[in-house]
Amino acid sequence: MSRSAILAWDAVHKWTSLGCTAFLLLLCVTGLPLVFHEEIDALTGAHAELPAAETATLHDLDAVMETALAARPREVGLYMSFDEDRPVVNITTGPRPDAPETQMHFQPYDQRTLAPLPMGSAGGVMDVILRLHTDLFLGLPGLLFMGFVGLVFLAAVVSGVVLYAPFMRKLEFGTVRASRSTRTRWLDYHNLLGVVTLAWVIVVGGTGVINTLSEPIIKIWQADQLAEMTAPYRDLPAPPPRKLASIDAAVKTAMAAAPGMRPQFVAFPGGSFSSRHHYAVFMQGAKPATKKLLTPALVDARTGELTAMRPMPWYAQALLLSQPLHFGDYGGLPMKILWGLLDVITIVVLGSGLYLWIAKGRRSTAAGAGVANDNRAVLDRAA
Amino acid sequence: MRRRPPLNAWRVFGAPILIAMVSLVGLVAALLGDGLPDWISWATLSVPLIVIAWAVKARRT
Repeated sequence: MSRSAILAWDAVHKWTSLGCTAFLLLLCVTGLPLVFHEEIDALTGAHAELPAAETATLHDLDAVMETALAARPREVGLYMSFDEDRPVVNITTGPRPDAPETQMHFQPYDQRTLAPLPMGSAGGVMDVILRLHTDLFLGLPGLLFMGFVGLVFLAAVVSGVVLYAPFMRKLEFGTVRASRSTRTRWLDYHNLLGVVTLAWVIVVGGTGVINTLSEPIIKIWQADQLAEMTAPYRDLPAPPPRKLASIDAAVKTAMAAAPGMRPQFVAFPGGSFSSRHHYAVFMQGAKPATKKLLTPALVDARTGELTAMRPMPWYAQALLLSQPLHFGDYGGLPMKILWGLLDVITIVVLGSGLYLWIAKGRRSTAAGAGVANDNRAVLDRAA
Repeated sequence: MRRRPPLNAWRVFGAPILIAMVSLVGLVAALLGDGLPDWISWATLSVPLIVIAWAVKARRT
């Protein structure tokens, strides 16, 4: 690589890194508890063992819905979701069918007893951490900004890989020059830790960027396939939200139409994931991958008839597959621990990068030169 | 002018590429099923960590 090419890549790496390091540190630090959110929820009482019940018979979903609406008399149903490993139905309600997320109320119910379940004490703290991680409390603009930060980070990673070549040309892979100056030692750590975690960082970073686009992606699906599937209903008035057909029957109808799949959640008429006229029953497969690839079955919320069912389009599937690859929640606790360790290594790469820049600035000022010694040595070697 | 020695890209990038491919296998494996695929993921995603431990111990100069 020519001297000028190295200088150019060095500038790209410096400025993209400086642009995103503060946010990336925030993402890595908040991401660590989020990786373990299920375990943290369990420790703090949410998602705890269900109390023993006298009966194992399950109430039907309409009874659960009635209980939830009785507890929130001024609200309407928005979503109903089903725990995989226990008889729990989660009901989300809100003041209007199209209520924004901030006005939604989430409450799990024991399907055997219709008793509401406690939510756990860490809920609030974890929510704050999640908002800091996703949108900085700024909603869609915050999400899109974080997506842009992710792109800048990926540019920093790529330029870092390009610069790895001139730095490592005379060194065996993995060399740590611990007996040299602090800066040289940390340069070696930065290169080593950065390059061995490369694939993981690109996948987690890239899927993170895709996740920031979830709202636009769902909007496109609504305008495209959902509109197509519900075209005959377009000009009909919406059914009154508190007088809908049986949701229990709607879920059974969807299950009969999609053998081998289980319902993950139901979106009520008028929300982001359905039309104004349908229950959208989102069916999932049994494998970790097909579990994420949802197939919505649309059930007329007035008559209870199945009107359409087709898998989500490729762009929505990409979004759905991006979620596990970003969260690391698809391979049990050992995978989460690996995710956590790789996250900590990324923090070290970010921190050492920042240190290298500060140390270089100090030395450049002292030497009155623009390029620090290590870089100059690399340039000399390349020339 | 001194002739530049050819940059041996394989020597520089061989190990990193191998580690990246192994990591990708691990990232995909656990998506495809439970049980054995999970074990493959755990083993392969441990590779970057093992390499770091090895380098810090064996390649320290």
